[in-house]
Amino acid sequence: MQINSQQFKRAASQKLADPKVQKALKNAKGKLVVARAKSILELDNYEEMRDEAARIRDYSLLNLEVLLEEWEKNAKAAGTIVHWAETPQDVNRLVIEIAQKHEVRKIIKSKSMLGEETNLNHVLEAAGLDVRETDLGEYIIQQLGETPSHIIAPAVHKSMDDIADLFTEKHKRPRLTDIAALTHEAREILRPHFLDADMGITGANFLVAETGSTMIVTNEGNGRMTTTMPRVHVAIAGIEKILATLEDVALMLRLLTRSATGQSISNYLSFTTGPKRPGDTEGPGEFHVIIVDAGRTGILGSEVREALRCIRCGACMNHCPVYQNIGGHAYGWVYPGPIGSILTPAYVGIENALDLPNAATLCNQCGVVCPVKIPLAELMRKLREKQVERQLRPWAERLGLKLWGWAANRPAVYGWLTKIAARAGSLLGGKTGMLHRLPAVGREWTGGRDLPAPHGRTFRELHARKTRPMSEKR
Amino acid sequence: MSARENILQRIRAANGRTGAPGASEREAALSRLREHPRGPLPSMNWELLPRFRERCIAMMSSVADVATLAEVPRAVANYLTGNKLPLSGVCWPEFANLDWAGAGLQIVARAANGNDKVGITGTYCALAENGTLMLLSGQDTHAATSLLPDNHIAIVPASRIVRAMEDGWDLLRSEHGRLPRQVNFVSGPSRTADIEMTLVMGAHGPFRVHVVIVL
Repeated sequence: MQINSQQFKRAASQKLADPKVQKALKNAKGKLVVARAKSILELDNYEEMRDEAARIRDYSLLNLEVLLEEWEKNAKAAGTIVHWAETPQDVNRLVIEIAQKHEVRKIIKSKSMLGEETNLNHVLEAAGLDVRETDLGEYIIQQLGETPSHIIAPAVHKSMDDIADLFTEKHKRPRLTDIAALTHEAREILRPHFLDADMGITGANFLVAETGSTMIVTNEGNGRMTTTMPRVHVAIAGIEKILATLEDVALMLRLLTRSATGQSISNYLSFTTGPKRPGDTEGPGEFHVIIVDAGRTGILGSEVREALRCIRCGACMNHCPVYQNIGGHAYGWVYPGPIGSILTPAYVGIENALDLPNAATLCNQCGVVCPVKIPLAELMRKLREKQVERQLRPWAERLGLKLWGWAANRPAVYGWLTKIAARAGSLLGGKTGMLHRLPAVGREWTGGRDLPAPHGRTFRELHARKTRPMSEKR
Repeated sequence: MSARENILQRIRAANGRTGAPGASEREAALSRLREHPRGPLPSMNWELLPRFRERCIAMMSSVADVATLAEVPRAVANYLTGNKLPLSGVCWPEFANLDWAGAGLQIVARAANGNDKVGITGTYCALAENGTLMLLSGQDTHAATSLLPDNHIAIVPASRIVRAMEDGWDLLRSEHGRLPRQVNFVSGPSRTADIEMTLVMGAHGPFRVHVVIVL
């Protein structure tokens, strides 16, 4: 996917001023946050499960090499054809090769964020293949030629009216104004494609080393269709998706679906182990799995390693006060919200997403709700440090900090400068005691709000006055 | 070097190792796979059958009880007529010999296609924790039958209701040894909330799931 993270500030301002986006975000926030909170209450040992989930993810990352090799051995024993891809381009090339080998014309696809990373749909379409997203949200996004704004609710930024207009145009049917009717129209339109597609593409929520399986979590049933109806199935999975056992998956699922949508369980959990077996009348004749690095090993060896624990529930964005106000598109790449503010610089280069780790108050709501205890705020702070170390911050900010550092190391100078500033600020604040416009870097602060003006005396002055009589008594 | 070798080598370096893991390290990592320990489970202070029924309903399935397998066709007919649904469809071969015609139904034992409106399946086992059916793919257990028709009816022997997914895996390990091509856990009808976060039943799979428990 194209990287637009450098335009974060401008995009965020646009989204803040867009009443449609604001309405959709408000609606989603109310529903997802409440649903999660309610469903977590069903687990009387939630914190214990969360501790164990974090531990299991760390174990999986520490033993990644052994677990992937074991997964591969078991997958091959079940007849799965295993490929390895180092880059996004390798993923796309491998999928096209498989499609060409099987003379594929039509592909049905179940939602995959990794596919968004590699820009898979566009590359397949450019190769002359007919690709159809089948998750309702992804289908809407694909028809609009947009990108998902949320990792589990891709079309959350669209209203029913937007979708009614879209379907009227694309489906050439009378305009519907009811959400259920629109959903069922998409079902009718997509059903024939499920039945005659040549190839199915899915992602993977987890890879299970013990059995060599891939597994996906869905609600709509499109994942089951995609893995069963076409004659070839290709699953793409990042290396970090590995878990050791079926029991580990069971634990993760209790946390994943509750954290994501507030469901105790998703409607369909599908574990796939190899292609059609002898005697089976359904299922694909060939099952390919592409194991993908595409930047993950870089994160594994970096200061944001814990980000690889992520199981893609989306709770961090649902609970983020920044995401709640600007939505996913402002972040400019595949993953929005707090996890996106860490993964985007890690995948596309820290210099290509400078604003993202800074677009946070570090309130740590994300860290509190993360089911695998990723210290999201801490990781964002580490990325900020790295920006400073690598001198990637704007020159004005660097100069400002340098000057501040020089003064702060000289108490007399510092005291004198702050005295002037406190008095000047008090004068400028006037009757309201507010500063409406600051010069230079201060402009960004007063662009959206006032700054309370100082009252004329510095803390050191006030402190000295208060403590003087005490010291004199002594 | 191949992509596989390159990736594994980068993993090794990132994890601070110099060479490939030795036998003892490999063994330590893989012992978890053999022992497959269970993680912490939530408290499960409930009876299997009532919990299963309650959770099926919570997941928007409907439930009926029958005393014997022979009574299933009558219960299915009641459900279909009561909800004004079509009286013909398909079933898994294991139910071919039930007296469907005697209950006024036309049920054929074959895999469902896109035209069938009613699909009748069994289940490998059922999970009480969330009202879930555990279905295995196979020669005679067609996945399409629980997926393509608008109405999925599942016959669940009460003796096959277990507590949680972990129990389902243990049952599968002891009875089959290895996983079939696909294991599907089904909890209620297909649904989506992709338009304005509003829940709608019948996204791509069944609109309705009816569970007939054979006591």
